Amino acid sequence: MSEIIQQEQQHVRLPEGSIGKQTTTLNLGPTHPATHGVFQNILEVDGERIVSAEQTVGYIHRAFEKIAERRPLYQITPLTDRLNYCSAPINNMGWHLTCEKLLGVKTPKRVDYLRVIIMELARISDHLICNSIVGVDTGAFTGFLYVMQYRELIYEIYEEICGSRLTTNIGRIGGFERDFTNTAFEKIERFLKEYPVVLKEFETLFQRNRIFMERTMGTGAIAADRALNYGFTGPNLRATGVDYDVRVTSPYSSYEDFDFEIPVGTTGDNYDRWLVRNQEMWQSLRIIEQAYRKVQEFKGEEATIYHADVPEYYLPKKEDVYTKMEALIWHFKIIMGEIDMPKGEVYQAVEGGNGEVGYYLISDGGRAPFRLHFRRPCFIYYQAFSEISEGAMLSDAIITLSSLNLIAGEMDA
Amino acid sequence: MVLTNEYITQRLTEKFGESISNVEEPYGLLTFEVPKDLNLKVMQFLQDDPDLAFRFLTDLCGVHYPDQKGRELAVVYHLHNMAENVRIRMKVFTDVQQPDVFTATSLYQSANWQERETYDFYGINFVGHPNLKRILNVEEMDYFPLRKEYPLEDQTRIDKDDEMFGRGGSI
Repeated sequence: MSEIIQQEQQHVRLPEGSIGKQTTTLNLGPTHPATHGVFQNILEVDGERIVSAEQTVGYIHRAFEKIAERRPLYQITPLTDRLNYCSAPINNMGWHLTCEKLLGVKTPKRVDYLRVIIMELARISDHLICNSIVGVDTGAFTGFLYVMQYRELIYEIYEEICGSRLTTNIGRIGGFERDFTNTAFEKIERFLKEYPVVLKEFETLFQRNRIFMERTMGTGAIAADRALNYGFTGPNLRATGVDYDVRVTSPYSSYEDFDFEIPVGTTGDNYDRWLVRNQEMWQSLRIIEQAYRKVQEFKGEEATIYHADVPEYYLPKKEDVYTKMEALIWHFKIIMGEIDMPKGEVYQAVEGGNGEVGYYLISDGGRAPFRLHFRRPCFIYYQAFSEISEGAMLSDAIITLSSLNLIAGEMDA
Repeated sequence: MVLTNEYITQRLTEKFGESISNVEEPYGLLTFEVPKDLNLKVMQFLQDDPDLAFRFLTDLCGVHYPDQKGRELAVVYHLHNMAENVRIRMKVFTDVQQPDVFTATSLYQSANWQERETYDFYGINFVGHPNLKRILNVEEMDYFPLRKEYPLEDQTRIDKDDEMFGRGGSI
């Protein structure tokens, strides 16, 4: 028998060292339904156990940082959509906040509250996808389809406000491009009324589900000190027990006016990550409710404010451009790039869907940034995947991949 | 004890003297420069000192200043003391001809890919890095695209006939 094998092998040119090798090399990705994004993992597996993993990223790198060096500030907003596309509005708002910090623009309270509503909706839509995908990977497809209806509702709210759904380009420097319509408020109200019921049901489906618990508990765990060393932020860090949340430590957009808790886990495994995200959705609902109430409390003139009074940076209404001299001048100045920004360096962080999204902007006084760097949380914490998954089963590594909430767009920038 | 920018500056100058230069506070964030052969020592000090305790590397990126002779490339570290919630920014400048900077991977695991990214875009050679190769761009690339000498493609050029993307051609 072995003679036959040897004979056969004479005609097959195997890579050197492959006959004595005890492990198998397995390519997971770049396009694989289980990776939920375009990135590759080269796994060395011994049976079903992972011996080592090497990640390759960059498949959808679009050189945003380079493109941004040629664009005026307001044209960079659409680039930020495409980082974490599951929670694009948070990135947009983060970018506006960065610009506002650089330009010294102070936003009115109503704008802040409207922004908070949008950001928390985005957080829910991000966590909802991530958690339900963890469900799909453990074999429960129903939850995914069920909550998807409510992501649709969130997208309808976006659509009502800015006209688009996934890559939102929502808001402008200083506020919003238009006020929220009544339909938008009605939809937010509907969401606040209906979603808790659905989330409760979704939670019941998973939280104490025996199969789900056994699949996720103790897998993909990372200790707090390792997580900090790896630069984890967001839900993944909080699942290890560190209560770091940018919304609380360095509040932006008037987050200090809201009453909410930071859920934390203990073990940092897939189950805890799921629980933290789930709790965060409840907290987000709380914040949206408060913000919605606060927005409703504005009366008279105040209730119509949706942007700061900064004609140098905020594009005037189109009908004003056609009828008023001043609006026309500002429109011309902004579009033609007549207004230079101040020199300086700014770092602004916001709590994104999966961690601290940071914008480091260096301005040399020109029209476009001299340098813009995005701190993308996914890119930073994905490095830990090989450490987390070493020694794990292949099937657990798949769950780890989805519970880390890796978004290829954010990773590759 | 409140960790103020003055206190951090004072502690750093006590320890490293003249090496800490260009201390600024743009938008309230303490920014300073250290010589490139001292970057690890300063970071180690910032990490180990019980009062300072900057143990979280938030961000690491490169910057290219083509007009500064002899110090064209910069590596910018954003460090964070999470307990006190204080951020600082540390800069290291290097010559573009020999862009060697010591790697921070021994202090922060998170520096690994961020340094690879910086190498990928700026060609900064992180001495001692365990796996310094390109990360986002293709490995065959022979230049460092985020350096200022590589302009973005001019959208108005007409020598490229690229009908599918709305440039040139007959449409």
